Amino acid sequence: MFSLITFLHRAIMQGIPLLFGSTGEIMTEKSGNLNLGIPGVMYIGGMSGVIGAFLYENSLSSPSDAVGFLAVMIPLLCCALGSLLAGLIYCFLTVTLRANQNVTGLALTTFGTGFGNFFGGSLIKLTGADVPSVALTTTSNFFRTTLPGAETTGWFGKLFLSYGFLAYAAVIIAIICSYFLNHTRHGLNLRAVGENPATADAAGINVNRAKYLSTCIGSVIAGFGGLYYVMDYANGVWSNDGFGDRGWLAIALVIFAIWRPNLSILGSIVFGGLYIVYLYVPGALRTQELYKMIPYVVTIVVLILVSVRDKKENQGPASLGLSYFREDR
Amino acid sequence: MGAPFALELKGITKTFGSTIANKDVDLQVKNGEILSILGENGSGKTTLMNMVSGIYFPDSGEIYVDGKEVVIKSPKDAFDLKIGMIHQHFKLVDVFNAVQNIVLGVNDGKKYNLKEAEKRVKAICDKYGFVIDFSKKIYEMSVSEKQTVEIIKVLYRGADILILDEPTAVLTPQETEKLFDVLRKMREDNKSIIIITHKLHEVLEISDRVTILRKGMYVGTVETKDATEQSLTEMMMGEKVSLNIKRTEPKNPELRIDVKNLSVKNHEGKLVLDNVNFTANSGEILGIAGISGCGQKELLESIAGLQQTVKGSSILYKSKDGEESQLVGKSPKEIRKLGVALSFVPEDRLGMGLVGNMDIVDNMMLRSYKGGHTAFLERKAPKDLANTIIKDLEVVTPSAETPVRRLSGGNVQKVLVGREIASNPTVLMVAYPVRGLDVNSSYLIYDLLNKQKEHGTSVIFVGEDLDVLIELCDRIMVMNSGKITGIVDGRTAKKDEIGILMTKNTDREGKA
Amino acid sequence: MSNKKVREPLFHVAKRGYVPKYKSWAIRLGSIIAALIVCAVVTMLLTGENPISVYKTMFEGAFGTERKIWKLLQSLAMLLCVSLAITPAFKMRFWNIGGEGQVLIGGLATAACMILLGGKVPNALLIIIMLVASIIAGAVWALIPAVFKARFNTNETLFTLMMNYVAIQIVSYFCMYWENPKGSGKIGVINSNTMDGWLPTIGKYDYLLNIIIVLVITIAMYVYLKYSKHGYEISVVGESENTARYIGINVKKVIMRTLFLSGAICGIAGFLLVGGTDHTISSTTADGRGFTAIMVSWLAKFNPIYMILTSFLLVFLDAGASQISMVFNLNESFSDIITGIILFFIIGSEFFINYELKFRKSKKEVK
Repeated sequence: MFSLITFLHRAIMQGIPLLFGSTGEIMTEKSGNLNLGIPGVMYIGGMSGVIGAFLYENSLSSPSDAVGFLAVMIPLLCCALGSLLAGLIYCFLTVTLRANQNVTGLALTTFGTGFGNFFGGSLIKLTGADVPSVALTTTSNFFRTTLPGAETTGWFGKLFLSYGFLAYAAVIIAIICSYFLNHTRHGLNLRAVGENPATADAAGINVNRAKYLSTCIGSVIAGFGGLYYVMDYANGVWSNDGFGDRGWLAIALVIFAIWRPNLSILGSIVFGGLYIVYLYVPGALRTQELYKMIPYVVTIVVLILVSVRDKKENQGPASLGLSYFREDR
Repeated sequence: MGAPFALELKGITKTFGSTIANKDVDLQVKNGEILSILGENGSGKTTLMNMVSGIYFPDSGEIYVDGKEVVIKSPKDAFDLKIGMIHQHFKLVDVFNAVQNIVLGVNDGKKYNLKEAEKRVKAICDKYGFVIDFSKKIYEMSVSEKQTVEIIKVLYRGADILILDEPTAVLTPQETEKLFDVLRKMREDNKSIIIITHKLHEVLEISDRVTILRKGMYVGTVETKDATEQSLTEMMMGEKVSLNIKRTEPKNPELRIDVKNLSVKNHEGKLVLDNVNFTANSGEILGIAGISGCGQKELLESIAGLQQTVKGSSILYKSKDGEESQLVGKSPKEIRKLGVALSFVPEDRLGMGLVGNMDIVDNMMLRSYKGGHTAFLERKAPKDLANTIIKDLEVVTPSAETPVRRLSGGNVQKVLVGREIASNPTVLMVAYPVRGLDVNSSYLIYDLLNKQKEHGTSVIFVGEDLDVLIELCDRIMVMNSGKITGIVDGRTAKKDEIGILMTKNTDREGKA
Repeated sequence: MSNKKVREPLFHVAKRGYVPKYKSWAIRLGSIIAALIVCAVVTMLLTGENPISVYKTMFEGAFGTERKIWKLLQSLAMLLCVSLAITPAFKMRFWNIGGEGQVLIGGLATAACMILLGGKVPNALLIIIMLVASIIAGAVWALIPAVFKARFNTNETLFTLMMNYVAIQIVSYFCMYWENPKGSGKIGVINSNTMDGWLPTIGKYDYLLNIIIVLVITIAMYVYLKYSKHGYEISVVGESENTARYIGINVKKVIMRTLFLSGAICGIAGFLLVGGTDHTISSTTADGRGFTAIMVSWLAKFNPIYMILTSFLLVFLDAGASQISMVFNLNESFSDIITGIILFFIIGSEFFINYELKFRKSKKEVK
């Protein structure tokens, strides 16, 4: 039987990795960098977290020795470090060496997906498990700890309290980013860099530093999306290619949210819902496959509408995808 | 000795590659005065000021602010010294509003607060009499509003020395008046203002002193009250130089082009060509003189069919057989078929007309590639043409297969002009064909134009060097702010006469 | 006067003017060698083998047996085919990253013809119908973003990217619609008994026909881009839209025509994959080639002949790295990591071709 609460709950669970990914990508794109490596970055972030958690769990003599603080902080830090390095590779190539952003991004996605699956596969071999996955149940339990009252407050608890802390972090980060972009000096400067780097440069803003910072921070945020997926959504079970095409969906969400992190929060729930709506539609199994393409179709429609209406505020940053070289002016 | 100068330059020299932009230039600005920097196109005015505002770095020379020597390496350094420049091409973010653009990059240590900033901007506006709409985004603004934002931006950063590069070029007379009122108020406020301009009447109207540059060199500084249009023109243009360009008498000139009531509006809806009337004849060279940006480009493009003209404009073309056709409303392709060729050398040389990454042969084909009946390109003829041009015009290139991007500016121009001439036009329009060319190559081009004239082609030549125009052209038409201010005979014309036609205020006389 | 502050930074970056071809290729070769060294170090750290044996293993993986060589050539041909397809669009500066979807849709059209018409029309006719259907399907798929780009300047990078996933889902749907056997969710080998619609094999070489077809397309594309009027227009539009308008090229028409061609060849790639190699279709039939092709094309500077080399490099890396992972008991995604590292190096090397570092001249203060 269809339960709206359950559906929304699951849509939010699905949406959180997308929210992380799209918030990260929005921060990146606001500096004029179109990072198509975000799917790779999310794999790297997820995997780095898994490696950290794996090492920590294996250093314990029994799962009950696990300290919550360490069990959470070690994967978080590893994840941040991994995705930061991925962001640095992208920045070094596109900002310092002014390489083509599309090609660099796609290469990063190849590398990142490979990185995730390779170490995933290696860990699976190390554990000698029969199933092709690594289970980090102990760590996952810490990540999945819900807010108090999740079980006792009925539909309210189910809808608002029954998520791990990363889910709330995703929403808070998106709100912070939104505030940062629209209500702070550095946010204004960053947007200027993405719109018109020559103007920003003339106004005394360090364009390259802004691009590095926002892209690296964006990568870290996106990386958390990978971590959330493994530790919370997938109950700590890493299986290769399990993350699927969510990275690309996160990039689609950027367009759907017309480059606004706060809209991204709603958008992620919509996308999460669209992603699982097939489960609720009666009919043959195969029609579900058609429902799965709805998020992409919706994105295309938004993309077209935005370009047809040609309203400047709803477009992506004007210099998106272009590298900046002062002497070109 | 009185108070030190607000800004003083001593012996500033700047070279770009082999071209000297500024040589040994001195300049002084006092507190509370308006100084004009006057000079023709390419006399090095903007380059000089870019060195003060931190865009370029001088090769040698010294800069003093308030009597202290300073080093300005970036726009930020300039801001710290309270120097602000309003560039000709505005540096604004389109999707931001005025206040956002004004506070951009400013870190005054205070809390970021746009409301507070807006109050400060309003205070500046009230003080100097600016009017801006705070709710508008930059892309919704007119040019004059954008300029206002640029000026406030500089004032907001506390600039005491303001440099304005050709501030009136984009303004209507009324807007110009308003701007001048503001500048006078700033002078009263003890600010130093430098205006780069080539409009004599503005110099006389607004400034206290004038510094004149010619070909990158410092000519002199005079008090405005001692100057006249005549004296300034002489200083700006220099002595007449004899060039010895041969000029033949036109043979049986026939009417080719008859332009009537031609008007063109730009994106902002401002008239860039205002009711232009003239004729061009076969077998003669018609020169067009004028400060660049006075409508020359739009005029040539209108004839070539690349401009949308205002209703009522007429451009009649009369062929050798006396057949008349109206060019307004025809496509560029149809006009070319009639034999009207346009060789426009845009400011960035490769913007239109040539493709930088293609070799000379492929660039020859741009005009002709559609010929032939197969789906494939015919490279034999273009290759021959390329080789002929390379030989005849002495193009310096490793081979005909070298991308034109790699050629020097002068050689690029030879390729472009050579191709246009090769199409055997009945009307040949060239704009700035010798810009950046050395003396020998320039003479090659003049010879080419003369040959075309002898063939009976009607040549329209937009130039910037008055000496050349006077020696080369049969008639010289002078343009000023989209209007024709006079047509003189090349054989009897005087340089200062043309100079005054180029710079006198057309708007004011139109009103009188 | 003496103690002047530092006037210029230690070095600054300047655009290079003219770089001789040999020099630019030397830089690229250098970057590949540097990348291979890094890869060898990475492999050594993971396997403890010495680099020579690592390279030997890679070489064996690619050329070890006759079958491996054929397999390599087949992969090379298919990657090259997709790369050729997207090249005209890229040359026009239209970022068609939807090759994946266009191949899939072409393949789906082929599979549909095989399933629906197999046994109902003569085989030769069936193959022709399959070819035409795949071309139309791929071309239309590419034309959709092109129309919006030409009309409304809709961002083509994101549009074509999204179209990939729409295509994947459509293929998944039909995989279930025509599933065989029932409940498997897969199509399985189509017409496995009758071999209707299977492309003929030349002698005993399964892949030879594919390779020959791609070779022909390579030459045709080279000629098209270099010697045809269309190719010329593509270059002009890509280099400067202003110039293109100035000389009277209909830019919108060129964009749509070029994308039609681009999609059509992607369709052919799908046709060859389904009709000539796999004899089935799944959502992974394109196998990421639409993305890898972008690097192949870009690295080869959009020159079809160089693309043979660059696609060889990528296919070789893939085969070699797979062998390493097999022999040294590593995960098969190892090849993605190696490919990624090498791509980073080659992408980075372009900087040293286009720019140079100018170090500050030690200026003497002449007084």
